[in-house]
Amino acid sequence: MPKELWKGNEAIAEAAVRAGLEAYFGYPITPQTEILEYLSRRMPELGRTFVQAESELGAINMVYGAACTGVRVMSSSSSPGVSLMMEGISYIAGTEVPTVLVNVMRGGPGLGNIAPAQGDYNQAVHGGGHGDYQPIVLAPASVQEAIDLTVLSFDLAEKYRAICMVILDGCVGQMMEPAEMPEMRPVHRENWDWNTDAKMGKRERRILSSIYIDPVDEEQTNLRLLNRWKTIQANEVRYKEYFLDDAEIVIVGFGTAGRVSLSAVRTAREQGIKVGLLRPITVSPFPYEALDQLSGRVDAFLVTEMNSGQMLEDVRLAVKGRVPVEFYGRLGGVVPFPDEILSEIHRMAKVKLGTDVHPRDAWLERMAHIV
Amino acid sequence: MATENLVYDRPEGFTDTPTHYCPGCTHGVAHRLVAEVLEEMGVIEKTIGVAPVGCSVFAYNYFDTDFVEAPHGRAPAMATGVKRVMPDRIVFTYQGDGDLASIGMGEIVHAAARGENITVIFINNANYGMTGGQMAPTTLPGMKTTSSPNGRDVETQGYPIKVSEMLSTLDGVGYCVRRSLHDPKNIRLAKKAIRMAFETQARGLGFSMVELLSTCPTNWGMTPVNSLKFVEEHMIPFYPLGDYKISDAIKQIKI
Ligand SMILES: Cc1ncc(C[n+]2csc(CCOP(=O)(O)OP(=O)(O)O)c2C)c(N)n1
Ligand code: SF4
Ligand SMILES: [Mg+2]
Repeated sequence: MPKELWKGNEAIAEAAVRAGLEAYFGYPITPQTEILEYLSRRMPELGRTFVQAESELGAINMVYGAACTGVRVMSSSSSPGVSLMMEGISYIAGTEVPTVLVNVMRGGPGLGNIAPAQGDYNQAVHGGGHGDYQPIVLAPASVQEAIDLTVLSFDLAEKYRAICMVILDGCVGQMMEPAEMPEMRPVHRENWDWNTDAKMGKRERRILSSIYIDPVDEEQTNLRLLNRWKTIQANEVRYKEYFLDDAEIVIVGFGTAGRVSLSAVRTAREQGIKVGLLRPITVSPFPYEALDQLSGRVDAFLVTEMNSGQMLEDVRLAVKGRVPVEFYGRLGGVVPFPDEILSEIHRMAKVKLGTDVHPRDAWLERMAHIV
Repeated sequence: MATENLVYDRPEGFTDTPTHYCPGCTHGVAHRLVAEVLEEMGVIEKTIGVAPVGCSVFAYNYFDTDFVEAPHGRAPAMATGVKRVMPDRIVFTYQGDGDLASIGMGEIVHAAARGENITVIFINNANYGMTGGQMAPTTLPGMKTTSSPNGRDVETQGYPIKVSEMLSTLDGVGYCVRRSLHDPKNIRLAKKAIRMAFETQARGLGFSMVELLSTCPTNWGMTPVNSLKFVEEHMIPFYPLGDYKISDAIKQIKI
């Protein structure tokens, strides 16, 4: 297909349609609303289901119901709305029905603002709903990647009977870029052995629930889910590497923070500084192993995020204190400029770095001029 | 020669699992009526139930149909999701008054307002049975519960919600009636209403709900017989039985 100019949110909506989305349930919230608006036109046009729900709580439970029948279903929202969905997300995880969710993150906590942010990393990656469960979380940094990862998310959700969340910030959601859409896949309802779509004279009855009233059964279920997660960790880690071959400093950033960092890396390279970038695409499962290996041959890491250092802790876990890990973040809806990251690179190339101060504390001190 | 006449049997809509309800609880009666109606309409094979959170949380064990289990109060939203992608199926929720009229008020009102073609069986027993008898939105003024130990004081604890009256104001509602399960005559009337509600759905005539005044002997601290009397003497005067909305198209249905 030829490249066309697509807005991130609309591109995600169309990509979902082409991936065989049969039902969408959502609620308006900036900076995500274009997904809902686009699908309000597109889905009925194709004879597919679109419902504007009364709230995100309603939306996620409609998603839950539809997912139980085995159709490809999705909802999308932005930070406050995703918080409201957490109840349903936990139930969906406990019921093991494939579900795709999109979070176009904005500044928070609370009502915050509508500017791009990455403050929901922990909520997405480390849970947010109650109980033991792990969703797959994909983080695109461009409109093209948003398209590709949306399509992938339906396949992964079904493959592992899991929740697959695409998290992006308002930048990727709102910007327009040339991108290529995939071919339209026909709507195809897989005949899963768990589809709860009525017996129809063909089979025994089926029940889908997240209840395991006997704690031993619940424990077994949790362990089974955990083992499935190990398979996901072994097979589905995705990340992009830039200039890593001879890198002495490695930046780790996802989504827009990763993309802005790449600009800084390119400039630094022109200046002869050996710096590279690892941009996680799956922030869950997290590329621990890749970072673990890198930490054996590089001098230092710089984690860049549009939050107060949430992924930072996962990087630190992978690096295990072998080399210094520094942090640079902007938050609350502020997007860092490449220059800011470039000066961090310059600083790191110049001074001797230690591991005794927590990188967040050191960064906070450097940020003192703002606070 | 003596002939044997079978006058009572488990309806086909039931599985063989005995229910877990307390002795004298009318949840069991309501279940049976639903199962009989599904059997009589011949729709067991194409029915998907949505269980609530409340004493009827295990409803999915008793009906011989597919079932999904909703979070507390969200059954109407879940049923919306199921029905929208499976429009030719029969989809019903079975919900208590805490589930439907408190935590799930948003979901029920909007499912009704959208005119979702689902059937709701609403069990009004004036308290939260499952969690041990706390005050529900439907608890009568002055009624003692474990969280209104001095009797519901409407000044501080608000007034009961009359759900059927409220939902009947919505255009999406096709069928909305209140019945009671306190004696055989009323049980028969309740069954008729449940049938009409499912017929409404089968014909695509909009949202249908039957509110059933029900007992909770355990938490009311009464014998089953006194509980039935309580329904008749105290609940019915506050929650009048009747047809709150039956759309013209539904009035034409002959069964
Ligand atoms: C989100 C959430 N809050 C609270 C509960 C605890 N809870 C379980 S059942 C119930 C009340 C159910 O009462 P009702 O709907 O009236 O049903 P009944 O048991 O009376 O039939 C509550 C509050 C829960 N399971 N989930
Ligand atoms: S607690 Fe009340 S509502 Fe629940 S089963 Fe017992 S009698 Fe019925
Ligand atoms: Mg109750």
